Order: sequence, then C-alpha cells, then structure tokens
Amino acid sequence: MGVGLVLILITSLIFPGIVSVVKAKVAARKGPRVMQHFYDIIKLMKKGNVYSRTTGFLFQLAPIIYFSTLLTAVFFIPVGNYKALFSFEGDFVMFAYLMASGRFIMIIAAMDTGSGFEGMGANREAFYSLLAEPVFFIIMGSIALHTGHNSFYDIFSSLYVESALTYFVSALSIYLIFWLSMIENSRLPVDDPNTHLELTMVHEVMVLDHSGFELGLIQLAGGLKFAIFGSLIFNLVLPIQNNYFVQLAFFPIVQIIYAVLVAFVESFRARNKMMRNAQWIITLSALSIVVFLTILIIHEKVGMLP
Amino acid sequence: MKLFLETYNNSDSVNLADIPVLSYKYFANMLRSYFVDSDNHCLSYYAFRKDDKLKFICAIAKDSDGKIYLSSHELKAGITALDSLTPEFPQLHIFEREIAENFGITFEGHPWAKPVRYSENRADKIKVMNNYPFYEMMSDQLHEVGVGPIHAGVIEPGHFRFICNGEKVLHLEIHLGYQHRGIENLMLQNDNPIKLCVLSESTGGDTAVGNALAHSQLMESLADFEAPEDLQIERCIALELERIAIHIGDTAALCTDVGYQLGQVVCEALRTTIINTTQFWCGNRFGKGLVRPFGTNYPLNDRTVEEIKKILNDSGKRYFDMAERIYSLPSVLGRFDEIGIVTTEQAYRIGAVGMAARTCSIPRDIRSTHPFQYFKNHRPQVVIQEKGDVLARGMLRYLEAKESVKYIFELLSKWEYTEKSNLKPDYNYKLKPDRFSASIVEAWRGELCHFAVTDEKGNIMHYKISDPSMHNWFALALAVRDQEISDFPICNKSFDLSYCGYDL
Repeated sequence: MGVGLVLILITSLIFPGIVSVVKAKVAARKGPRVMQHFYDIIKLMKKGNVYSRTTGFLFQLAPIIYFSTLLTAVFFIPVGNYKALFSFEGDFVMFAYLMASGRFIMIIAAMDTGSGFEGMGANREAFYSLLAEPVFFIIMGSIALHTGHNSFYDIFSSLYVESALTYFVSALSIYLIFWLSMIENSRLPVDDPNTHLELTMVHEVMVLDHSGFELGLIQLAGGLKFAIFGSLIFNLVLPIQNNYFVQLAFFPIVQIIYAVLVAFVESFRARNKMMRNAQWIITLSALSIVVFLTILIIHEKVGMLP
Repeated sequence: MKLFLETYNNSDSVNLADIPVLSYKYFANMLRSYFVDSDNHCLSYYAFRKDDKLKFICAIAKDSDGKIYLSSHELKAGITALDSLTPEFPQLHIFEREIAENFGITFEGHPWAKPVRYSENRADKIKVMNNYPFYEMMSDQLHEVGVGPIHAGVIEPGHFRFICNGEKVLHLEIHLGYQHRGIENLMLQNDNPIKLCVLSESTGGDTAVGNALAHSQLMESLADFEAPEDLQIERCIALELERIAIHIGDTAALCTDVGYQLGQVVCEALRTTIINTTQFWCGNRFGKGLVRPFGTNYPLNDRTVEEIKKILNDSGKRYFDMAERIYSLPSVLGRFDEIGIVTTEQAYRIGAVGMAARTCSIPRDIRSTHPFQYFKNHRPQVVIQEKGDVLARGMLRYLEAKESVKYIFELLSKWEYTEKSNLKPDYNYKLKPDRFSASIVEAWRGELCHFAVTDEKGNIMHYKISDPSMHNWFALALAVRDQEISDFPICNKSFDLSYCGYDL
C-alpha cells in the first residue's frame, strides 16, 4: 500500500526537474540539475514570508490548504498493484473535488490581494478549470461504465487489455489525461510557466504575492499534480495483472516518457491565444464524449440515454 | 510670399534666416495644403528660444520627390496660448504636447495635452509624474489595470494604464518619461565633440549606429563636408548590420512572448553571431564607436569583409529558414494573425513612420524616399506589408533582414572597387554660423531625425532629436483597442518602440 504512495511522492520531486532538463537540452542549452527544482523548494522553505498589507489570514492559509488537499488527493491514487490508501465506491469524485477545492482556495487567496493582475489570473483559472472538469468526469465515468466498477482501484484492476475496445478507451483516455494535466499544471498551450508577462499569465500571476515557505508549498504541490496525473496515465498504460516487479520497473519509465513528452510539447509549439483556450478545452470534452458514446454503443447501454 | 524652404536630406545646411517665418494663420494653412496629401508627413515640429522670441520649426517630408520642407512661425514673449492644430492634423499631437510641456504654451483645443516626459526643464514644475490624472471611464462594469513602470522583463520603464471590459481592452494610455536624462540639454552643455558623439550613441542603446550616424551626418553638413564613397558604404553596412541584428532579436522576443521555445533560442543565438560580427569589426557588439564624424577609426579591411560575408551567409540562411518555419507554424500564426491591427487610415492620420508605417502598406522608408549616405547611389528595395497586424510586423522584420543581407553583399562588392580614403575622425571641426541642418537616418525602427541650429559664432545653439517612437507609440495604443489584454505584450513587442529614445 505504501509503496505506491512513496513512488508518487518521489516522482513529484523529480518530475519538474526532468521537464526542465529536457526542455533545456532541446534548446541546446546546458540546463539545470534534475534536482535543482527540489533544492529551490528547500531554499524557499527556509526563507521568511512577506505579506501585502491588503491581504488577510485567508491569503496565508491558502497555500497550506492547497497543498494538503493535493496531498490527500494523492492518497486516492493506486499505482498498479499497490492499492491506494483510501479506496471506496466513487472515490474518484472525492478525488476530483479535493483537487477543485485546493484550486478554489487559491483563487480566493488571489482575489484577496486586491491586485488587478491576480484578479485577472483568478478569473482565468476559474474559467478554464470549470471547462476542464467535465473532461475528467466523462472519462472516469466512461471507464467506470466499461468496467462496471466505480472506485479507482477496481476500475483499473478490471480494465482488460485484451479487447480492442479497451485499447481504444485507454489510448484516448491517456491522450485526454495528458492534456488535462497540462491544463491543471498551467503549462502550454493554455498557460506558459516561463513567461514574465503578468498580463498573459494564468496560474503564475495568482501566486505572484506568495513568498517563502508558502511559495515552496505551492511549488511542491505543482510537482504533486504532475505525479498524480502521471500515475493515472501509468494505470491506464499497464494492466494491473502484471507482477510487482514489472510494475516497479515500468513506473519510472512511464513517468520519464511523460515528462519528455511534456517538455517536447512545450518546446515545439506556441501557446494558444487566450480566447481560444476555452474552445480548445471544449474540444477535449468533445473527445471525451466520443469515448463515452463508444462505450455506450458497444455495451449496448444506449437505452440508458434519456 | 514664400511658405517654405526646400532642402534635401543630408545636403548642405541652410541659413536659419532663410526659413520663412509665417504668421500662425498662414502656417496652419500651409500645413493644411500639405497634409491633405498623404504623401507628406511631419518629421518634427518643435520650438526653441531665440533672442526673446519662441521660434517654432516644422519639417515636413514629401515622399515622392525626396524633398524636405521647412517652415516656421514665431511667438513673442508673453503670449502663451495658441490654437491647437492637433484636431485637424492628429500627427502633430505629440509635438504640440512636447512644446506645451517645455515652454508652457497652451494649445487650445488639444484633445489630451498630457506632458510628454516630465523633462527636467519643463515649464510647469508643479506637474509631476505621480499626480498625473489618467484618463478615466466612470463605470461599474469596467476595471483598470496598471502595468509598470517596472517592466516584467526588466527592459525599459514605462507605465501602461488599461481600461478593460473583462478581458477586452477599451483604452490604453501610455505614460512615459521615466528614462529622461536631458540628452538635448547635455548636447548643448558639452563642447567636447567626442562626448557629443558618445552622447548621441547613448540616446538609445539599440540604435547606437543609427544615432551616431544621424549625429555625424549633422555635424558634417554643418561643416560642409561630404563623406567619401568608401566611408559612406561602411556606414551603410554598419546601419544594415544593426537592422539585421535587431530584427532577428525581435523575432526571438516575439517567439518568447507566445511561448515558442524553438524559435526563441534559435533566433537569440543567431542575433549573437551578428552582433559579434560588429564586435569583430569595431570592438563593440552594438557598434558603439564605429560611426564618427569626418572619418572612422575602424575602416573595413579584407579580414572584416571576409567575416561579415561568412556570418551573413551562414546565420542569414539559418534565420531565413527559421523565420519560414515560425511564420508557417499554425500555433504561432494563431497568435500573430489579425492581432493588434493598425489600419492604413489610422497610420496616415497619426503620421506613423518607419516599420509601423510599412506594415500598413505605406511605403515610408527614408533610405529610398530621402536617401542619405550611399543609399543615394543605390537604393534598397522597400519592403511593404499590408495587414498592419502582429504577423505583418513580424514578417516585415524577416523580409527586411533578407533585403538587408542582400544589400550588404551588393555594398561589399562595390566597396572593393572604391578608392580608400583612410580618413580618421576629426574632432576639431568648425561649424558654420547661423545655420540650420536636418539629418534624417532610417534606423531599424524608422526615421531618426537630428536637428541642430548654430549661433553667430558657430556653436550649437539648439539640438533636437526626434525618435521614430515619438510618432509610433500612439499606433500601439490604437492597436490594442478592442483586443484581449493578454495580447498586449505581443503587440508591444511587435512594435518594439524605444522608451529611452522617446524620453531623451
């Protein structure tokens, strides 16, 4: 049980480092050490905090709540054979709303600063996550329908690789979860983590006023998000029937491929125009509906439709 | 009655007394007859104190015949109000604001007579940057966003005040002056010609060659000197190298702003090779010290020519390949196309110059319309774009760089057969007394004007610099109207206007 959790936590520390190293290599730059991201967080954690006079207690509380909701969300994620800490019927709904409540508190904290920039960022973050939420639910709902189970562990453990439908569902779900993770982590094409221009930022501008320990927590949480989505992808890639050693060996490989993919996406394309983000996210929802309808039709559950 | 004095760019200076002095009414009529034709635009309109009077000089450039028309009017001491000409000719708005700020003249009817740069010698010392009343819209539905004066990328300081409806920009007010150093006054206080040259180079760090060339040309025309052919060619090559380097650097910056890493890193690297070539030539990457009046310390030699040819062939080709890729990549086009449009009509009305004009299908290029230096003998092709959006401004950079590379090769082949004069810079020049001279250079941004007036002893009495950004900042304000606020950074970058050139 604990092994999966440890794997996810280790991934969360290393993942951002791999992305930045690969990005640097693609750009023919030397790049930072893989662990640099981790050292930066330690450095931040040692620093004191600076608070704007316009902010209240909520602003100081938000990063801690944000981090703890994400950490709790991690407890819901199984890794292959390793069962999650919490597992019950419909746990993925709980998982999704834990993530959402973390984001909610960060949005409130950004509004608390009273800065024009952060207000805009909060507005955008709320809008995009609102649009992205259906994608996750439609995918998870479809897979639940396909397998007949409704907790993470049961869903993934009964996802048979043998049928063509499972291949199709898994492939499309991996694709969608990949882009979903890019939205959740405020990466390209929705947001650009490297930009210095406040007017174009989404997530970055919301955390502009945070400093020291709390900024460290926010960055840790960023790594956790990647690890969470990485584990979801891993569960879809590798059937749970494999033995423990194959699982253990494949987990880092899948994570590294995922990180390299993120870096490549960020290197070879430009980000979306802000207004087109909404359209783009809705396209993802449309794709997830394709998964849903396919499963409905193949399982002849069309009668369920109203 | 003579309404104006005709002169050519980079020709002899003119007698100050020969510039006709009109009454304000005639002056306005004269402008009316000129600006009715879109072929003409105002180079600069400024004032200076002469004896007890305030002398206003207006220089108008006519694109079709390459002439510059000079006209003036005077104001007796004590009179502090004039009718504003801005409502009729919007392109004068910035110049009237500048005169109003420096001399306390009220232009009645000026729509928004805000100070230009809060210069140290402004007439009204009570007006300071911090108590400036920004344009406001009283509505509960709208919100204001203030950006700067510290730029997020720590480039140059400027404050931008947006009035937005959600993500949509309704109005942008640009507030500059944070970099004011009093260059024009420093030009008068210094009598060391080397210092003057260095000062003009430092007016804008990205236009070092352009400014040094404009200054050198000005001094040479006031001293009745014409540069020999090889010196002219070398200056043109330096100017074009600067153009290529900045255009490549700006392409990189445009890619950065839309998060396209590949375009960014490739163009950044290529820009370095170009400015390193300038360093190889004169020891400074930005070409400081390369252009000097009456001669040069760094004449071209075979090794430098070899290096320039090698780098331009190699980096030039790579940049063109990269640019082709950038401007055909769907995700980049999605960010550039139809963003920040300035219409041709708007560009004419605000008197846009240089790149900003050429992206709105206005063929305003001093190298071709009012040629200077070697451009007189051999004019480069003027590159035009039509749409006036960010993509047009990006494409213009690519095409101009391409044209400049071609042009440098042509110049280099001409240079081989010119007689080498080996002139060293001469700082003991004597300027002719009571003269006025205009020197206009097409720097990479657009027409850069340096004007000087000498007194009866041949000392510089007044020095005026007009950066192309003076005309073009307003184009940015127009471009972002009705756009998303998140597109402001790429609009700003696509113009890449000068803060320090404007602040002086």
